[in-house]
Amino acid sequence: MMQDDLKRQPSRVDGRAKVTGKATYIAEFRFPDLAYGYLVQSTIARGTVRDIDTAEAEKQPGVVKILTHKNAPKLANPQADEDFGEKSRPFFALMTDRVLFSGQPVAVVIADTFEQARYAASLVKVSYNEEKPSTDIRDVMDKGFASGRPRPVRGTPDEAFAAAEVKVEAEYTIPIEHHNAMEPHATVANWDGERLTVYDKTQGVTGVRNYLATNFGIDREKITVLSPFVGGAFGASLRPTPNTLLAVMAARETKRPVKIVYSRRQLATAHGYRPASIQKIKIGADKAGKLNSIIHEAVHNTSSHEDFAEDLVGISRTLYACPNVRTDAKITRTDLQTPLWMRAPGTVSGAFALESALDELAYKLKIDPLELRLINYAETDPDSGRPFSSKELRECYRQGAERFGWKDRKPEPRSMRDGRFMVGWGLATGTWGAFLAPSSARVTLKADGTALVESGTTDIGPGTYTTISLIAARQLGLPLEKVTFKLGDSNLPSAPSQGGSITTASVGTAVQECAQIVQKDLMATESKREASPFSGVPFENIEFVDGAVRIKGRPETAMTIGEVLSRNGLPEVTATHTTRPDFGERAKYATASHGAQFVEVKVDEEIGIVRVTRVVQATAAGRIINPKGAHSQEMGGVVWGIGMALMEHTEIDHRIGRIMNPNLAGYHVPVNADIGAIETIFVPEEDTIVNPLGAKGLGELGLVGIPAGIANAVYHATGIRVRDLPITPDKLTR
Amino acid sequence: MRPFAFKRPAGAEAAVKLVAANKDARFIAGGTNLIDLMKEGVDRPNELVDISRVSLNLIRSLGGNGVSIGALAKNTDTANHPLIRQGFPLLTQAILSGASPQIRNMATNGGNLMQRTRCSYFYDLGTPCNKRQPGSGCGAKDGLNRYSAIFGWSDSCVAVHPSDMCVALAALDATVRIRTVAGGERKMNFTAFHRLPGDMPELDNNLSHGEMILSIDIPANRFQANSYYLKIRDRSSYAFALVSVAVGLEIDKGVIKNARIALGGVAHKPWRAEEAERFIEGKQADAAVFQQAAELALRGAKPLSENGYKVKLAQRAIARALRRAANV
Repeated sequence: MMQDDLKRQPSRVDGRAKVTGKATYIAEFRFPDLAYGYLVQSTIARGTVRDIDTAEAEKQPGVVKILTHKNAPKLANPQADEDFGEKSRPFFALMTDRVLFSGQPVAVVIADTFEQARYAASLVKVSYNEEKPSTDIRDVMDKGFASGRPRPVRGTPDEAFAAAEVKVEAEYTIPIEHHNAMEPHATVANWDGERLTVYDKTQGVTGVRNYLATNFGIDREKITVLSPFVGGAFGASLRPTPNTLLAVMAARETKRPVKIVYSRRQLATAHGYRPASIQKIKIGADKAGKLNSIIHEAVHNTSSHEDFAEDLVGISRTLYACPNVRTDAKITRTDLQTPLWMRAPGTVSGAFALESALDELAYKLKIDPLELRLINYAETDPDSGRPFSSKELRECYRQGAERFGWKDRKPEPRSMRDGRFMVGWGLATGTWGAFLAPSSARVTLKADGTALVESGTTDIGPGTYTTISLIAARQLGLPLEKVTFKLGDSNLPSAPSQGGSITTASVGTAVQECAQIVQKDLMATESKREASPFSGVPFENIEFVDGAVRIKGRPETAMTIGEVLSRNGLPEVTATHTTRPDFGERAKYATASHGAQFVEVKVDEEIGIVRVTRVVQATAAGRIINPKGAHSQEMGGVVWGIGMALMEHTEIDHRIGRIMNPNLAGYHVPVNADIGAIETIFVPEEDTIVNPLGAKGLGELGLVGIPAGIANAVYHATGIRVRDLPITPDKLTR
Repeated sequence: MRPFAFKRPAGAEAAVKLVAANKDARFIAGGTNLIDLMKEGVDRPNELVDISRVSLNLIRSLGGNGVSIGALAKNTDTANHPLIRQGFPLLTQAILSGASPQIRNMATNGGNLMQRTRCSYFYDLGTPCNKRQPGSGCGAKDGLNRYSAIFGWSDSCVAVHPSDMCVALAALDATVRIRTVAGGERKMNFTAFHRLPGDMPELDNNLSHGEMILSIDIPANRFQANSYYLKIRDRSSYAFALVSVAVGLEIDKGVIKNARIALGGVAHKPWRAEEAERFIEGKQADAAVFQQAAELALRGAKPLSENGYKVKLAQRAIARALRRAANV
């Protein structure tokens, strides 16, 4: 999107609070008499705790209590937040002596100050009965087992592949990657008699409340979970982390409010990660480039205790028209923390394999990679056979290519140069399901002409505060600054966790519908008032504009909302509403966002350095509600993709099953100097099926094609096909 | 917090006395590395002696273009000082390729010499490391060693020195001026300041406990027109070197009269490639000669299981740095 267009768009409504430090993050909350918990983590990956000696630690000044598996109270009803199948045995910190992964909490030290707690924690002596861990997916890939329901084979893919005129067969690997959000996971818990208040870094306050209620055996109504601002999460806070239960437990045991904050080093095992994956792809096509077979086999690791599975292969079933398709998805157990959804989970990994393989096929066919994608364009969803509710991917390809200048690409690898740099142009496609979940919201119109909008969702950074405020403002005919959106509180009408790029569609629909109910309620009252100019006027003929109500086409009838309220003797009008999406109608369609990514790299071949100098990201995600936020999300997807393609890699010493780069010096994410020009294009889609707003999620979409696009550009620049992420200098200088 | 005493003596003499008297005392100035090490529990001093206000921050001419840079001058101030920019652009380039502006604003020159390896085993108390805990073993040697040494390592340690600045100082024949515990001064060649791990990897350098760096002195040279620092890393900024090269050349009518080549990211200390220096001295400054020198410089390399790439990468880096320095 052009800078000038963006300048006119509203900025983040919470931007000022964030840059001035007024936005309060979890670790900053406190209660009187607060105590601090500090975790002791296991140094072995598999075995049992033989003994924990806390004597010296307990003698230290300020130490209030030390909880270990020996003295921690049992949970009333241990139950995981997620059901990963009957073989899963969810992990609960301090409930047994069993060690399931290196970095597992084995004790929590509670003290008067953070410094006292941390120091005492360093004096806790833990001995183990150690067993040999297995953490390398290569060692256990043959022990993989099917995850989820088997999906049908389409046609006869193996026969079709054998008979194909042109074939690609390749293996792609992606290492474990971590979310590394800026804000560390943290909980501040306070018991007030039977009432529990918890500040928790989470993507879902309702989920955390229910989790605490179940595990501690208390009424949901007695628990308040608050998460007003989240400093990035990317999936890392979709499940409660051990700090949540432990802070609540410690607060109850010590009868004091307790705060637990993970350190950066500890965070690497606080939560899961994008699993390591190995993918085998076979693609067969005829000489004209028409695909006749896709076989996509993937295995990724899970923990020893939970059968976490994400969908790497789904993209191969839906992205291209192909009559013969087989996908096999397996997971395999390792002695690591359970993996977790991380921005575009499954799909970005699958896209790296599929979109790299398609690029390889393009070179074999000597067909332009863009042309190859158009030849195999899926007009309807190949998997379900259903029409798409909307799909402007073709237009994404066209506009993206034009903006990028794709027609000037020389087809041969190593054919473009800029001084000492080899230049490469690559592209890839992205897609992400357009999901929708029931949501609740409350809207209140007040006599001062403002509106309060409330929903128990969160804003982990995509701009939900702003986007939802814009939806309400538009529906209510109010300027944006007259709308206040409250979120991140489990006492508010509940909303789904912020994951899967569903929030704008789901919560936005609830807010829009709820605002409309409020408008109708207000006008129903008003029209009954004696001498009301709106008596007998059907609601459809009434509009809300500039903070006033009027009959359409008759501006002279305008009456401010405050006036309407006061004439009816009302301080305010409010409604609470829960959406019940018509999934029946929606189910007749395939619903997804799409995008095309065009990438330029310049490779300093002698020393193996890749610079992503230019990216054009063309996106079709329904109606764009918050243009600046959308632009920011799609840029963020590119930046993340640069990290995934070129540098991100959680390093594990498999001899001891331990993550060895658990900090931002060792785990590299891009810095500003790594980022070149990023341009975004939004191709509008009119979509009345996907949801009443016509909006589709785009937070994850923007990442999906980027790693493959970069790898494809690197191949075009150098002739070196890197199938093993990340593409570091050593892989280009062998 | 692990309790420690914090003292701020009036001058260098008092500071040296304090540290010398307590084997668990440490000097602290910028603190950009020591504080991290203390937070992680890697270093556990019971006494910090703050020398940040001791007046050792002068950068002054030694005559000719020789210069003395104070141990407590900040990295940023050093890199940008006119005497350094004009006389030793190699040093400016090396300093500015390290860390981040915020860190360089805090970090001192003496601290840069004293910074400790970033080997991930050194930083992780849950793993063995002979440098952190002598006798516990080396986790990296047969473990994750992509970043580790290819020269001069021992069975007990394969760590590399992380500094960029020190690689340039090694190439520039600097000397380190030191205040001794007895109250005198001594000088050490920069290349003798850091040491190889041998069987005592807990010692990074040849300072005695309590000795204090006063200045780093760089003799006059004629490398100004033909020097280059090349750093290769996993991202564009704020990353330690996979391999780095500092090159200084004195060229007369196309012939190399004098050459200095030092490598970073390859050993427990900045690694001078003296054989390659001698090889190119007296020869024409051309790419073929530089290529041969680069191969010569890596001849004795002994890569580990995951860092074999450093051999070729270092060769290419040397060849390029020489070409850049010579403008050929």
